[in-house]
Amino acid sequence: MSKPETGSGAAAATPFRLPAGSGTDTPVFAEPWQAQAFALAVALHQRGLFSWSEWAAALSKEVASPDAADDGSDYYQHWLAALEALLVAKGVAGPELIDALSSSWQRAARATPHGHPVSLENDPERAR
Amino acid sequence: MTHDHDHHHDNELDPFAARVKALETILTEKGLIDPAAVDAIVETYETKVGPRNGARVVAKAWSDPDFAEWLRRDATAAIASLGYTGRQGEHMQAVFNTEDTHNLIVCTLCSCYPWTVLGVPPVWYKAPPYRSQAVIDPRGVLAEFGLVLPEATRIRVWDSTAELRYMVVPMRPAETEGLSQDDLARLVTRDSMIGTGLPLRPGSLGPGALWPAAADEGGAP
Repeated sequence: MSKPETGSGAAAATPFRLPAGSGTDTPVFAEPWQAQAFALAVALHQRGLFSWSEWAAALSKEVASPDAADDGSDYYQHWLAALEALLVAKGVAGPELIDALSSSWQRAARATPHGHPVSLENDPERAR
Repeated sequence: MTHDHDHHHDNELDPFAARVKALETILTEKGLIDPAAVDAIVETYETKVGPRNGARVVAKAWSDPDFAEWLRRDATAAIASLGYTGRQGEHMQAVFNTEDTHNLIVCTLCSCYPWTVLGVPPVWYKAPPYRSQAVIDPRGVLAEFGLVLPEATRIRVWDSTAELRYMVVPMRPAETEGLSQDDLARLVTRDSMIGTGLPLRPGSLGPGALWPAAADEGGAP
């Protein structure tokens, strides 16, 4: 009864391949910052800063980027970019401020001895 | 002046982590978020909201025809009656597999997913090849999951949106008469509610089982 399937992968530019180790037990967030970025968007939506349709539009714009990884591994990078874009669009934070604070957090982390919580105060270049 | 100390420079924040920290700082200072509330959301989605919610919905639909009918008619309300309510104000639609039709869900646009019943989506669900191939070549995608359906079975693909999310209600496996809702819930897998898999067979808690073997604590209620 079974004819060979046509189109199975043939029509596809990038056929779908199930990544190795995709069991139910695979953690949904690969790194803590992904969970934090996820939660920030959910929290801001709950607060009414944007509607979920606005969010979906911002996110789909990012994930539609031609550079998007085929394995979906950069999904939360797109998520973060969408969040930044929405915050800029809403006038909450400018890109310069986000850049400057990111660098400040990185310097603070480097200046913090291992085992101590990283605090922005530890950035040696932070204006007091 | 202490830079000649031998600091351990292993507190390196990668650029994405640093950007998230920057956003948290800005949003906290502006009073737009409460860091404790953000942590609570992480906790909720990492531990409390997951495919077990959906498994309970499916098990109830398998055992209670009135609930199944309600789920078919108004999934948002039927699911909410079990305490699983959407935070994004989205509507839910449950699509039921039959002998003739197998359902598969996808979000071609981004990654809209029925969070309240399935938790946060797996990586492959968000990957561009799944999002495009599920529509173009659903049989090929299912084969990748080891699921080969009879030629005569129609595959229906449901494309989720920000406003409307789908969940698949798989067919109740054979030889499950007399099983309790708890035991039925154990047979439901995440993939069976996306449509990329089928429920487990009774007695075979194989890959994809959402609960450890029977008689554990914290299992299906």
